[in-house]
Amino acid sequence: MMTVGHFPILVVMVPLMAAYLMPVLGLWRRRLCYPLATVSIFISFCISLVLVRSVMASGTISYHLGGWMPPWGIELVVDYLSAFMCITITFISLLTVVYSENYINKELPTGKTTLYYTLLMLVIGGMLGVVVTGDLFNLFVFTEVFSIAAYALVAIAGKREAFIASFRYLLMGAIGTSLVLLGISYLYAITGTLNMVDLSVRLQPWYGSSIVSAALAFLIVGFSIKTALFPLHTWLPDAHSIALSPISVMLSALVIKVGAYAIIRTLFTVFQPGFITEVVPVAPVLTWLAAAAILIGSLFAISQTDLKRMLAYSSVAHIGYVVLGIALATEMGMTGGILHIFNHAMAKGCLFLCAGAIIYKTGLRNISDLTGLGVRMPITAAAFALSALSMMGIPPTAGFFSKWFLCMGAIEAGGWIFAIVILLGSLLTAVYYFRVLYVIYFGEHKHVEQVGTDEVPPGMLVPIAILALGCILFGIFVGIPLSVVEPAVRVLLGI
Amino acid sequence: MTTVIIQTISRIMVPFIQLFGLYIIMHDLVSPGGGFQGGVIISASMILLALTVGMSAAGKRAPHASRLMLISSGAVLFAMAGVICILAGGNFLEYSAVPIPMMSASEIAGQLVLAVGIFIGLHNMAAFTTIVFHLGEERE
Amino acid sequence: MNIDFILVNFNYWICVILLLIGLFTTIAKENLIKKIMGLNILSTSVLLFLVSLGDIEGGAAPIIVPGVEVDIYVNPLPATLVLTGIVVSVALTGFALALIIKIYEEYGTLDAEKLIKG
Repeated sequence: MMTVGHFPILVVMVPLMAAYLMPVLGLWRRRLCYPLATVSIFISFCISLVLVRSVMASGTISYHLGGWMPPWGIELVVDYLSAFMCITITFISLLTVVYSENYINKELPTGKTTLYYTLLMLVIGGMLGVVVTGDLFNLFVFTEVFSIAAYALVAIAGKREAFIASFRYLLMGAIGTSLVLLGISYLYAITGTLNMVDLSVRLQPWYGSSIVSAALAFLIVGFSIKTALFPLHTWLPDAHSIALSPISVMLSALVIKVGAYAIIRTLFTVFQPGFITEVVPVAPVLTWLAAAAILIGSLFAISQTDLKRMLAYSSVAHIGYVVLGIALATEMGMTGGILHIFNHAMAKGCLFLCAGAIIYKTGLRNISDLTGLGVRMPITAAAFALSALSMMGIPPTAGFFSKWFLCMGAIEAGGWIFAIVILLGSLLTAVYYFRVLYVIYFGEHKHVEQVGTDEVPPGMLVPIAILALGCILFGIFVGIPLSVVEPAVRVLLGI
Repeated sequence: MTTVIIQTISRIMVPFIQLFGLYIIMHDLVSPGGGFQGGVIISASMILLALTVGMSAAGKRAPHASRLMLISSGAVLFAMAGVICILAGGNFLEYSAVPIPMMSASEIAGQLVLAVGIFIGLHNMAAFTTIVFHLGEERE
Repeated sequence: MNIDFILVNFNYWICVILLLIGLFTTIAKENLIKKIMGLNILSTSVLLFLVSLGDIEGGAAPIIVPGVEVDIYVNPLPATLVLTGIVVSVALTGFALALIIKIYEEYGTLDAEKLIKG
């Protein structure tokens, strides 16, 4: 019967099976779509918890699909980093799906509900498939699964600008994945295998040849388009600001992080850390691009007047922090970068959910219109403030610890200019978040006739509250995420 | 929109195209082709019908509800084939673990590959028909 | 750079030329449908490269026929990878065309320059 050994594939198949069943269920009874989605993501979340405990007890889990041994068959490898990403993805997805029920009932026409939940399950299943696989071509296939579902989810908002934003995302994303496929086929051409661990062994004699450099370049550029790293980020502000708020959460908090996960797997599992820093110095180039992303993203965010567009540019800046941590390739730097994946997912998720709550209740998107919301929607405003503090990196919230590790890692790697960039980025982040908090709490009331509290329904309020509490709890008890991240970094760097 | 000749010929051709698609699905193991390619050929016959006879008449032949049912059931049956292998004691999609009487392990693997190919064929013919019908339907 | 270099690596040259044509079409043409065609050419070139890796000179089809001795088979794995790639490409094209229809209904034009201006 089913044992713990089958959980790596079950964590992917449960959301995908729900996605396959959803169209027929929607045809029969539309009201059952939401319970099916919630139950399947909850089961995935429980399976991820079991996976994390199992990985911490006994090390990396390896699962052979179809019973075939690894270089010939597809292998699923769940190590510390994969389990960490599984927990992040299922946790944030569960809260997003719970939040979606009320939001979708109001903001989306009823004919599209089934489609929305089907695509949402496909995105979640695709992302989970990317993080548990140990085979490079399987990574490409699952990347395409969640990418196409994400393009469709941006367009489902139905507004005029949503179609243009989705088309732009589609063009850039499709060029990215074609380049990824070209890189994978170069690596297949010289070694004959697609398994990541096997590739890292068989590529050793080929280091220094031009085909390996070309493959590395194609893979990094392709995944950088997916993760919206600095020069290739132009699709992100439109797509994330125009999409519906639960979809903005999924895109900003999870989809671009999975792109960063793919970059980690390419740089550290397929190619050795020594190769990327010395033989072909792609890691220093990525650190400079990430530093540019931090500064330019924050500078653009300061000049925005639309709330969700400001949050989208803030995502551009913070994915710069993540890639900076990864590309520093030292122990503390990578700990900071990977911890920031989780912290930014929680904080940005809460921020976008709060923005969605504001749009649900009042329909306002412009920052200068948000006056007096601290009194009308107190819990939402408090959650917004707490998450903004976590994004700025103020102790004892969770964001402080990831930025501290990043600074320490930058100094340890000898690039003290990156420490300056990180601190400057935090300062710029504080500028644009404090501007919103000032308007919310200290702006004068425009609607003086209604000064009671007028909060969103509890189905939307509970995820907001849980994420805001998570920002501060996982800062005070930072040992809990660190107990998974630190072994992950040691495994990746080969220490 | 087309002449009588085109409509008559395409009406005659459609069953033969579908038979050819079924042939390609069924000979999954021994010839190039398989579930995916055969499904696309069968859906090509429906698309031919839609192009020549008109979208509304072709839409009666492949109604929306049955197309959705086929899409869902094809995908669910494929996943179920994998889960049956888990219940039988092997890994996901490990066909040789399923105990069917009177067949050796490698024969079971072959037959289950064909069965999964049929499910994929069902899914694909409905999916591609849905894509093209949706792109070509009448808009006001 | 003699003629032998081009003739032996013939498939790689075709792949690179098609890749650049596809990339140019996607970026430089203004009509949205031409951009999607460029995307298709790009995907096709990459899949062409992948499927040409499997061919071995004088190999037989990878099916075991009892009683026939074959010393070398053609590699079947690249064909499977390319099949998956074709499925992905078709899904992407289908969705992009549906999106183009919606854009045309809303804006009335398919010119990328006019659409960016709003």
